[in-house]
Amino acid sequence: MMKLKRVNDFVIRFANVNGSGSASANNLFAKAVFRLGVPVSPKNIFPSNIQGLPTWYEVRVSEKGYLGRRGGYDFVVAVNGQTLRKDYDDLSPGGYFLYDSSRQLPDDFLREDITVIDIPLTQICIREIENPKLRQLLKNIIYVGALAHLLDMEFSVLTDSIKKQFRKKPKLATPNIHALELGFEYAVKQFPDTCQLSVKRSQKMPHHILMDGNSAVGLGALYGGATVAGWYPITPSTSVIEAFEKFTSQYRRDDDGKRKAAIIQAEDELAALGIAMGASWNGARAFTATSGPGVSLMNELLGLAYFAEIPVVLINVQRCGPSTGMPTRTQQSDLLLAAYASHGDTKHILLFPCNPKECFEMTADSFDLAERLQTPIIIMSDLDLGMNDHISLPLEWDDSRIYDRGKVLDAGQLEAMTEKWGRYLDREGDGICYRTIPGTHPTLGAYFTRGSSHDEYAAYTEDNDAYERCMVRLTQKWHTAKPLVPGPHIRIKDETCVQGAIFFGTSTHSAYEAMDQLGEQDIIINTMRLRGFPFQEAVTAFVDRHDHIFVIEQNRDGQMRTLLINECNIRPDKLFSIPAMDGLPITAGHITRSIKAIITPSVPPGTDTHQGGAK
Amino acid sequence: MSSRRPTFRHPDLPENDLGYTRRDYEGAVSTLCAGCGHDSISNAIIQACYELSLEPHRVVKLSGIGCSSKTPAYFLGKSHGFNSVHGRMPSVATGANLANKDLLYIGVSGDGDTASIGMGQFVHIVRRNLNMTYIVMNNGCYGLTKGQDSATTDRGSASRKGHPSPFEAIDLCQLAIQMGSGFVARGFSGDKAQLVPMLKAAITHKGFALVDVISPCVTFNNTVTSTKSYQWVRDHREATATVDFIPPRQEITTQYEPGTTQSVTLHDSSVIQLYKSGDSLDITNRRSALDGLERHREKGHLLTGILHMNEDLKDTHAILETTDTPLNALTEKELCPGDQVLAQIVEAYR
Repeated sequence: MMKLKRVNDFVIRFANVNGSGSASANNLFAKAVFRLGVPVSPKNIFPSNIQGLPTWYEVRVSEKGYLGRRGGYDFVVAVNGQTLRKDYDDLSPGGYFLYDSSRQLPDDFLREDITVIDIPLTQICIREIENPKLRQLLKNIIYVGALAHLLDMEFSVLTDSIKKQFRKKPKLATPNIHALELGFEYAVKQFPDTCQLSVKRSQKMPHHILMDGNSAVGLGALYGGATVAGWYPITPSTSVIEAFEKFTSQYRRDDDGKRKAAIIQAEDELAALGIAMGASWNGARAFTATSGPGVSLMNELLGLAYFAEIPVVLINVQRCGPSTGMPTRTQQSDLLLAAYASHGDTKHILLFPCNPKECFEMTADSFDLAERLQTPIIIMSDLDLGMNDHISLPLEWDDSRIYDRGKVLDAGQLEAMTEKWGRYLDREGDGICYRTIPGTHPTLGAYFTRGSSHDEYAAYTEDNDAYERCMVRLTQKWHTAKPLVPGPHIRIKDETCVQGAIFFGTSTHSAYEAMDQLGEQDIIINTMRLRGFPFQEAVTAFVDRHDHIFVIEQNRDGQMRTLLINECNIRPDKLFSIPAMDGLPITAGHITRSIKAIITPSVPPGTDTHQGGAK
Repeated sequence: MSSRRPTFRHPDLPENDLGYTRRDYEGAVSTLCAGCGHDSISNAIIQACYELSLEPHRVVKLSGIGCSSKTPAYFLGKSHGFNSVHGRMPSVATGANLANKDLLYIGVSGDGDTASIGMGQFVHIVRRNLNMTYIVMNNGCYGLTKGQDSATTDRGSASRKGHPSPFEAIDLCQLAIQMGSGFVARGFSGDKAQLVPMLKAAITHKGFALVDVISPCVTFNNTVTSTKSYQWVRDHREATATVDFIPPRQEITTQYEPGTTQSVTLHDSSVIQLYKSGDSLDITNRRSALDGLERHREKGHLLTGILHMNEDLKDTHAILETTDTPLNALTEKELCPGDQVLAQIVEAYR
C-alpha cells in the first residue's frame, strides 16, 4: 500500500465532539508546529452549539507558507463516534486514520488504502489517570502526545508549550505533561515507523506571531484610542470586544485603578451602534463589533451617521448568511449590505484586512479615518480571519504617531473665526466640514444634529436646493476619501498579460496559492488585492489594462464583482465571478479549477461552488 | 422651517446667579400646533434651567423622533442637541454621557418614541442608571402621523377618531420604578407650578430621572372622551405632594404642619421638600410608590408629583468605574500604551 510521505506539507484533521475540551489540545498541536518554525494554518470548523455536536479542527502544515485552506486531509484524529464513518471515508488515499480503539472499529470499515492507527485513548485514561474529572480533557492531550511520535516532532516543544500555558498554575502542567508522555510512549511502542508524514524544524518564521484576527482588532482599538464600545453578543465578533475588554482592563487604568474605557453590553445591535455614535459625536473614539445580522439591524443608524456626519467605527466579522444562516461558518457576503447600508443614497467606507497585522493596523487607522471623514468606517473581517489563528508579521506601533482628530474646532478657533460658523459649511471644498464637541464654548459652536434634511448651518430645511447641495457635498467627501483609504496591492507579473484576478480579505492566501498553481501550468495572471472601498483610480486602471478579470470572493452572487461594476463603470462581461459559498474558507484548488474552466472551455466546468462541506 | 427668535433683549430682564437671563435658555420659535402641551413643557425646561443657573453650553439635549422630539430645537439654543432616530435616543444619550460625564444630559421623547419603538432602549437605560433627565411628553397619541393611538393610550380612551382604545396602557412611571430608577415623577403640562420644581429636582438628581409629563395633543387627542385631554386631567388629577426645590445653601423658610413634610437631600445638597396631603405615599419606598399609582389608577385618578426617589444608587460611570477625567478629554498620551508594551503583548502570541 502506498503511504503518504511528506515533510512539512500535509493537512491533519481532528474530529471531536464540541464541549469536550478538544480545542485546547488541538491548539497545543498547532502551536507546536508553529514553534518549530513551520508555517501552519489551523481552521476551527465548529457548530453553533455549546456541547455535544461534531466539531473539526483542521491544521495545514506548509513549508512553502501556503496559509489558505487546502481541502482534503492526510491524517485524521477521529475521536467523534458521530462522524467516524465520514471521517474515515473522506481521508485521502495513503492517509492515516487514528482512532480511539477502546471501542472496536465497525466491521464495514474496510479501506485498504489507508493506515489505521488504533490507540485505546479511553482505556489509557481510565487506567492511568486517577482524577475522573480530568480524564476527558487529558484524553485529548494523549493523542497529541502520540502525534509527536507519529509525526516525528520534537517532544520538548510540546512540554514547553504546556509549561508556558500553565506557568501561573504549575500544578496543572504536571498531569498534562504526563498525558503527553502516555500518548507518546504508547505510540513509540506500538507504531514504530508507521507514519511517513513529519514535521521538521524550519526557519521559515523567525519573527512571526500566531494570532486570531479578533484579538488583533481589539488591540487595534486599544492603540487607536477607542474609549467607548457598545456591543451585543454575536458569533463571530464577540471575541473582538472580549479582547478589547481584556486589553483595556490591563492597559487602560489610571493611578487609582479606574478605567479609561467604557464598555456597554447593549440590549441589541441598534443600541450598540447608537452608543458608539453618541460617544463619537461627543468627542470620544468609539466603536462596535458585530456580524451580518447585527449590520442588518444597524442600517437605520448607519444612515443617520452618514447623513449627520458622525464618525464611528464598525467591525463587521462576517459569517454565513442569509438570515441566521450558518452562524459558525465563514463568508464574505455582507459587501453590498455594508457598502450601501441604510435607505436613501448612502455609501460607506470599507476596509478589507487579510491578516492579523492588517486587522490591527486598519482598526487603529479606522479611528483616524472616521474622524477625518466624519462618517462610519466599516472593517470587513470574517469568521475565518477573526476566530482562527493566523501566522502574521509582528505588530508594530510608531510612538511618534498623533491621532488625527479631523476637523474639530476648539474654543480659541471658534473665537478667531471671522465668518459665521456652519456645521455643514464646506470651507475647503473637500466636502468635510468643521464640527464642534458639546461643551466647547459658552456661546459659540452649538448646533442641533439631526437625521432630517439640514442646511449649512444645521437648521432643519425642506428647501430642495439646500438638500441637494448637502447630498452633492457628501459625494465630494466620498471622492476626498479615496486617497485616504488603503489602496490595492497590485502584482503585475507580465506587462503584456491580458488576465487579471481581484480578491480581498481571507480569499487572499488561497488566491495567491492558486496563482502559483496556475503559474506552474504557464497560466500567468496579474493580481490586485483590494484593501478598501471606495475604489481608487488604480483599481479602475488595473481593470482597464486587462481583458478578463477573475473576481475571487466567498459569497454566491459575486458581490465584489457587482460593487466593481457599479462603482468603476466596468463592462460586466469583462468580470468573471469565482465564488465560493459553502461556508468553509476558500481553497486554492477551487480557484484554480474554476479559472481553468473559464479560460479552457474544453475542460468540464469546475465552477461548482461546493467545496466538499466539512468532510 | 426653523425660525429664530429676535435677539432683542429687554434691558431689565432679571439675571440668574451666572448672569444669564431667561432668554439665554430659549431656542427657536416652535412649529408645533398652537396650544400644544409640549410647548408648555419646553417653557418649563427653560424656566428650570434658568432657575438652576445652568451654563447652557454644559447641557446636551437629545431626542428621538416625533412631535416631542422636535422640541429640543425650541429650548436651550446655546446647547448642543442631537435629534436621533425613532426610539434610539437612549443609546445615543448613553454614548454621549460615557464620552463626557461632566455635562448635563436632557433627553426628550414621546409616548410612541419611548413606550413603543423605543421600549427596549428605554428600560435598559433605566436599569443602567445613566445620569440624565428623561422627559416624556406624553400625549397618548402619534401626533406627527395624525393621531393614532399609542401604547400609553388608556384602555377605553378615545381620541378625535372616536374609537376607544381596546388595549392595556403602559404606565412608564410604574415601569421605571420597577426597573430601578432613582427618580420618577409625573407632571402635567398644564401645571407649571408643579412641573418646574420637579424638573429642577430631576436635573439635579444624579442618575436616571424620568419625568413623564401628560401633555394634551390639542389637534388629535383633546376630546372629552380622551384621558389625556386638558379637561380630563384637570378633573382627575391628584398630586402626591407640593414640591419645593431648595438649592444648596438656601434656607428652608416654608413652614408646614409637623408630620406632613418629607425631605430628600440630593447629592449636591439641594433639598426636595414635599408637603403632603392626606394618605400620600412615601416616595423613598418603591412599593409605596407602586401601590400609590395602582390605588389611584383603580379609582380612575391620575397621580402626579414626585413618585419615587432613591439617592443611593450608583450611576453608569460609577458602575463601570470609569476614570474621573471625561473619556473624550484623554489623548494618545493617556490612551496608547506604545510600541514597547505592544512588543510585550505580542510575545504572548509566539
